[in-house]
Amino acid sequence: MSTNTKKISHKTLHLTKRDSIATWKAWVIRLIAVLLALIICAFVIVGITGENPLNVYSGIIDGAVGSKRRIWVTVRETVVLLLIGVGLMPAFKMRFWNLGAEGQILMGGAAAAALMIYAGNLPPVLLIILILIASACAGIIWGFLPAFFKAHFNTNESLFTLMLNYVAMQIITFLIVFWENPSGSNSVGIINSANKGGWFPKIFGSDYTLNIIIVVVVTVVMTVYMKYTKHGYEIAVVGESHNTANYAGINVKKVVVRTMLISAGICGIAGAVIVSGASHTISTSTAGGRGFTAIIVAWMANLNPLGMLLVSAFLVFMQQGAIQIASQYGLNENASDIITGIIIFFLIGCEFFIKYKVRVKKSEEDAA
Amino acid sequence: MTLLLTFLVAAIGQAVPLLFGATGEILTEKSGNLNLGIPGIMYMGGISGLMGAFLYENNVQDPSTFVGVMIALVASLLASCLGGLLYSFLTVTLRSNQNVVGLALTTFGVGFGNFFGGSLSKLAGGVGQISVAHTAEGFGAFLPSFLRNIPVIGKVLFSYGFLTYLSIVIAVIITWFLTKTRKGLNLIAVGEDPAVADAAGIDVVKNKYYSTLVGAMIAGLGGLYFVMEYLHGTWSNNGFGDRGWLAIALVILALWNPTNAIWGSLVFGALYVLYIYIPGLTRASSELVKMLPYVVTIVVLVLTSKRNKPENQPPSALGRAYFREER
Repeated sequence: MSTNTKKISHKTLHLTKRDSIATWKAWVIRLIAVLLALIICAFVIVGITGENPLNVYSGIIDGAVGSKRRIWVTVRETVVLLLIGVGLMPAFKMRFWNLGAEGQILMGGAAAAALMIYAGNLPPVLLIILILIASACAGIIWGFLPAFFKAHFNTNESLFTLMLNYVAMQIITFLIVFWENPSGSNSVGIINSANKGGWFPKIFGSDYTLNIIIVVVVTVVMTVYMKYTKHGYEIAVVGESHNTANYAGINVKKVVVRTMLISAGICGIAGAVIVSGASHTISTSTAGGRGFTAIIVAWMANLNPLGMLLVSAFLVFMQQGAIQIASQYGLNENASDIITGIIIFFLIGCEFFIKYKVRVKKSEEDAA
Repeated sequence: MTLLLTFLVAAIGQAVPLLFGATGEILTEKSGNLNLGIPGIMYMGGISGLMGAFLYENNVQDPSTFVGVMIALVASLLASCLGGLLYSFLTVTLRSNQNVVGLALTTFGVGFGNFFGGSLSKLAGGVGQISVAHTAEGFGAFLPSFLRNIPVIGKVLFSYGFLTYLSIVIAVIITWFLTKTRKGLNLIAVGEDPAVADAAGIDVVKNKYYSTLVGAMIAGLGGLYFVMEYLHGTWSNNGFGDRGWLAIALVILALWNPTNAIWGSLVFGALYVLYIYIPGLTRASSELVKMLPYVVTIVVLVLTSKRNKPENQPPSALGRAYFREER
C-alpha cells in the first residue's frame, strides 16, 4: 500500500428487514405518508385551481361529512368497499390474485336487477333473501371458471379474472338492451320506483341499515372463518406453499376452488348491496372501479378487516370530498381519481419503510 | 369489395394502439414485471402529447407542423416514462406488490387523462373543443400521393400516418432484441429466474427498470396514436375505452412475442369493429360480438397453460418481486 493513500468515504443505504415493528410506529409512518400525500395534493390543487389549499381541504371535509345525507353516502360507500375487500381476503390469503371482483360484482348486480325486474311483486322479505342468494350464485359462477382452470391447468388467474371483467361488462350492455327503460335511453333507469320491489327497506329510519347489517355479518363470519376454522388454516398453508400443503395432506385443488367460490360469492353479494341497497339500477359502471379499489384496500390493510375498514373509510372520504370540490371549483369529477391516486401511491410506498429499516451507512475505503 | 376495404382499414386503425400497448407490455413482462398500469399509462401518453401540442399551437402565431409533432412526441414519451418510473420505483425499489401498484396506476392514469382532457379547453380560457389541427396533420398520411392512389393496396397499405408503420417496426425490433441480442436474453433470464440471473452477474434491478421504462414509453405511443391519428387531434373522455386492457389481453394471444402481436392486433382490431360490418345484427347481438376479443383471449390462456410448452408460457417469475436477501 502506498503511503499517500486517500481515504474516500462512501455513503451507502443499508436495508435490513425488521423482525417486528411496534403498531404505533407503523401507524406513525402511515400518518406521515398521508400527510406528505396531502401536501403534494395541495400543490397539485393550487397548480390547477389557484385556490388556497386549506379552503379546498375544508371543501373535502364538507363534501364527505358536511350534511346528514353526505355522511350516509360516505358510510354506504365505505361498507360496500369493505364488503368487497372482505370478499377478496380469503383469495389473497391463498395468494390467488382475484382481480375479477369488478366482474363478480357486475354479475351479482345483474342477478339482483333481474329479480327486481321479473319478480318485483314477491313478498319483500322473500324477494330480498332471493336476491342475496341469486347474486351470490352469479358471483360464484363468475369465480368458478378461473378457479377451476387455476387448480387443474395452473392457468394464470390474474389475467383470467381480469379478462372476465370485460366479458361481464359486455353481458351488462347486452342485458341493458332488453331492460332499458324508457326504451331508447340505453339505460335501465330506477327499477320499481313505484312499489320499491326488491329495494332494501328502511330500518331505524335509514335506507342503508340493511347494507350495514349485511356487511357486518359477512365481515364477522369471514374473520372467524379465516382465523378459527380448519378451512381458514388450510387457506393460509396453501398461500404459503403448495408443496407444504400437499405434503401436509391438504387437497390443494379443492381448497383453491372452494376458497375462490367463497371470495366470488361475497363479491356477488356486494353487487346486490349496490343494486338493491343503493343505486336501484344497473349499468356498466355499477361496480365503478370498486373491485379494483378494494384490491388496494385489502392489500394495504394486510388483509386485516379492521384495517380494511379504516382504509376504505379514508379512501371513500377523500373520494366523496373530491367530488364536492370538483363541482365547487368547476373541475371535472376525475380530479378525485388524481387525488386518491397520489394518496394511494404514498400509502403503498410507505409499507416499505414499515417492513424495512433504512440506514445511511458511512464506509471508508482506500482509494488506489 | 369496397366494404371489405373499409373494414380492413378500420381494423388496422383499431389494431395500432393495441400493438403499441402489447409490445410495451411484452417487453415489461419479460423482466417479470406484470405492469397492469399500462392502460393508465396509455391515457397519460395520449393526453400529454395532446396537451403539449395544444399549448404550443395556442401560444404561437404560426405553428409549424413539424415542431408540433416533435413536442407531442416528447411530451407523450416523457409522461409515459414517468408512469413507468413510478411503477418501477414502487415495485422494484420499494418492493410493493405489482398488482396493487399497477391497478392504482391505471386508476390514476385514466383519471389524469380524463381530468386534463376534460378541463384543458376550460383551463386555456374556454376555447371550446380542443383541436390541434396543425400537429394532427403531421400525424396523418405522409406517403407520396402516387403510392396512396394505387387502387386497392394504396388505401390498405399506404394511407396511414407514420405511427402506424412505427408500431410494426418497433414490434419487429423488440422481437429481434429479445431473441437475438445478449441484452435481450439477459432480460429474459431476469424474467424467468431472477435469482439465477443475479448469480450469473446480470443486474436484475437495472434490467427491470429499463424494460419497464421503455415498455411504458412504447405503450404511451399507443395513446398518442389514438388522439392524434385516430381522433385527429381531439379528445373525448373515456374515448380510449378498454383498449389498454385489450392490449394486455393481446400479450397473451401473442404468446409473449411482439411479431405475433402484429397479426394478433389485426385479429383484435377486426373483432373490435366486426359488429359494424356484419349485416342484420341486432343491437343485442352486436354487444355479444364485442365480447369476442376477451373470450378468445381466455381460450388462448387456457389452451397455452394446458399444453405447457415452455416457450409459449408467461415468464415464470411474472408478477413476483425479487429480493436478493430472500432467496
